[in-house]
Amino acid sequence: MHFQLTEEQRALRDGTRELLAGRFGRDALRAAVDAPRLDRALWRELGSAGLFALCLPEAAGGVGLGLPEAVVVFEEVGRALVPGPLVATFLAAGEVPGAASGEAVVTAPYGGLLPWRDAADVVRGDAAGAEPLASVDPLTPLYRLPGAGPTPWRATLLYAAEQLGSAGRTLEMAVQHARDREQFGQPVGGFQAVKHLCAEMLVRVEVARAAVYAAAVTRDPVEVAAAELLADEAAVQGARDCLQVHGGMGFTWEADVHLHLKRAWVRAELGGSARDAEETLAASL
Amino acid sequence: MDLTYTDEEEEFRARLREWLGGVLPALGPKPSPGDWPGRRAYDTGWQRRLYDAGYGDVHWGASPTTRLIFLEETEKAGAPYVGANFVGLLHAGPTIAAEGTAEQRARWLTPILSGQEVWCQGFSEPEAGSDLAALRTRARRDGDAYVISGSKIWTSHAEVADWCELLVRTDSAAPKHRGISWLAMPMDAPGITVRPLRTLAGSTEFAEMFLDEVRVPAGNRVGAENDGWRVTMVTLSFERGTAFVGEVVACRRVLGELAAHARKSGRWDDAVLRRELALLAAEFSGLWRLTQWNVSEAQVSGGVPGVGGSVFKLRYSHARQRLYDVAARVLGGAGALDTGQEWTLDRLSSLSYTIAAGTSQIQRNIVAERILGLPKGGK
Repeated sequence: MHFQLTEEQRALRDGTRELLAGRFGRDALRAAVDAPRLDRALWRELGSAGLFALCLPEAAGGVGLGLPEAVVVFEEVGRALVPGPLVATFLAAGEVPGAASGEAVVTAPYGGLLPWRDAADVVRGDAAGAEPLASVDPLTPLYRLPGAGPTPWRATLLYAAEQLGSAGRTLEMAVQHARDREQFGQPVGGFQAVKHLCAEMLVRVEVARAAVYAAAVTRDPVEVAAAELLADEAAVQGARDCLQVHGGMGFTWEADVHLHLKRAWVRAELGGSARDAEETLAASL
Repeated sequence: MDLTYTDEEEEFRARLREWLGGVLPALGPKPSPGDWPGRRAYDTGWQRRLYDAGYGDVHWGASPTTRLIFLEETEKAGAPYVGANFVGLLHAGPTIAAEGTAEQRARWLTPILSGQEVWCQGFSEPEAGSDLAALRTRARRDGDAYVISGSKIWTSHAEVADWCELLVRTDSAAPKHRGISWLAMPMDAPGITVRPLRTLAGSTEFAEMFLDEVRVPAGNRVGAENDGWRVTMVTLSFERGTAFVGEVVACRRVLGELAAHARKSGRWDDAVLRRELALLAAEFSGLWRLTQWNVSEAQVSGGVPGVGGSVFKLRYSHARQRLYDVAARVLGGAGALDTGQEWTLDRLSSLSYTIAAGTSQIQRNIVAERILGLPKGGK
C-alpha cells in the first residue's frame, strides 16, 4: 500500500496547475466573469493538452491514464474555477466525435440541471422541457429540468474532485489574507478565532482528499457517496469560512471568494443529490 | 495512489488472523473496570502472548503499514487493547528507543515488549495542562541522583505501574521549554503517593501523584539534561499518529451495530436519524482513508508520524462524540439514560477525547501554526 500521489501523478498535477495558471489565471477569470461565454480556444487547448482524452486508451488516441489521474486533473480544474461543461465533455470522449480533442463542447443533464446548454454542440441525454434559470454562478449558465435525473457515478466523482480543488484554494486564500491583513496591530491570523477557522478548513480538505482519492481507486459506490458528501462539505463550508476570514471584502463582487462559493453550490447539485448519497451510505450499514 | 497491500503484507495479515483465531477463544474473561491488579494481569498477559508469538514489537519495530494491519486485524478479531501497556508501548518505549543510550534500551525495552513492566506517564500537572511546558515539579541534583518534589495529574495506571516517564524542571532560570528533563522514575521509590481520581463515567481511570523528595538515579535520565522538551515531542507525535487506528475500526463496527439496532426497533424509518448514521458512515470512511494516507506518508518519511496526526485527532475525536450522541438517539430516551447500556458508558467516556492528549483547541493551534504557517501566540 502506498496511498500517496506517485511521482507521475505529482508531475501531472503540477503540469496542469501551470497550464491553467498561464491560460486561465486570475485576470482571465475576472474577464470571464465580466463577459461570460465559453472560450472555444481555451477548450481546444485543454483538448490538445489531453485533458478530455486522459482516460481514453492510447490505441484510441487517448492518454491511457486512469481515474485517479483524472481526479488529480479535475482537482486543478476546480481550483482554477475553469468554466464550461468539462465533466460532461470528459465523459463523452471516445463516444461523441470531437469531444476528446476539445473540438466539440458536450453537456449533459445532471441532478436535474443542464449547464451551458446554449454554448454546447451536443446535449447528451434527455433534456426535454429544459427551462432557463438566472444562475447564481456568473460562470455557469443553467437550465432546470422537470425531473431530478441521476448523475453517473464518474461525474459525481469528478465533481467531488473539483470541490476538493476549490476547497484547497479557498483555504490558501483565507490563510494568505489572515497573514496579510492587520488589525489591532497584528495579522488577524494571529487571533485564535481566525486561526481556528483556518485549521478546521484544512481538516475538512484533508479528510475530503483521502475520501476522493480512495473512491477513484476503489470505484466503490459507497466510497463515491462518502467522497461526494465530504468534498461538498469541504468546498461549501471552506468558501464560507474563507468569506468570513476576508471580512467586508469577502462580501464584495471584487473578491474571488463568492465565485468559489457559488460554483461549489452548483457542483453540489450537479454531482448528485446529497439525499441519494446519504441513502446509499445508510443502506451500506 | 495504491491501496493494495504487498504479498508480504497480506501474508502477515493472514498469519496474524490465523494466530488470533487460535489464541483468542482460550483467553479468560475480561476483568471488571475497577479491578486494577486484574486489569494489569490481563493486559500484560496478552502482551506476553504477542511477544512470544513475535508480535511484541509491532508498535515500533514494524513498518507503519504492518502496524496498521496489526491494529486493524486485532480490533476486528476483538483482541484486547494495549490497556496497561499503553504508555510503555506508545510513549516511553518509542522515546527510549529513539533517544536512550544502548544501556537504557537494554534495560527497559524488553520488559515493556514482553509485558513484564508497566509504565505510566507523569507529564501534566495541576498548573500545567495544555501549557505543559509550564510544569513545576522540581528535580534537584544531589550526587548521582535527582531529588524530586511536586505533583502530577491525569496519570493513568499509576496504581499498578512499575515505572513512570516523568517530566521535571531541572533549570528554573532557563526559558520554560529549555529547563525540562525526561526521567524514568521507579514507582516503588520512597516519597510517591498515588491518589486515584474518579472520572465522570464513575470509574477510576487515572490518578494524582504526589512526589516528596523522591530520589531517582541520574542514569535514569533519557536525553541530555534540560533537553526533555524535545525528547517529549518525539513521544507526543507517536501518540497522535497511529494510536487511534484500532478505534476507527471499532467505531465503524459500532456504526453497523447502531444500524442493526435501529432497524430492529423501527427507528430506522426516522429519516433524520438515518441521515445522521449515513453522515457518520461517510465520516468514518474518510477517516479510515486518511489513516492510510498518513501511514503511507509516515512510511516514506521514516516512520515518525508528523503533524498529520493532529489533523486526524481533531476530526476523529469529534466524530467519536457524534457517534455516541447518535447512539443515544438509537437507544431512545430511557436507554440513553441507562448506564447499564454499554453505549451510554461509551458516550460518557467519549467526552474525554476532545481534551486528552492535547485539547481540540490546542490541536487547532498546532495545525494553524505548524502546517498553515499562521503567526504563533496571539489571543
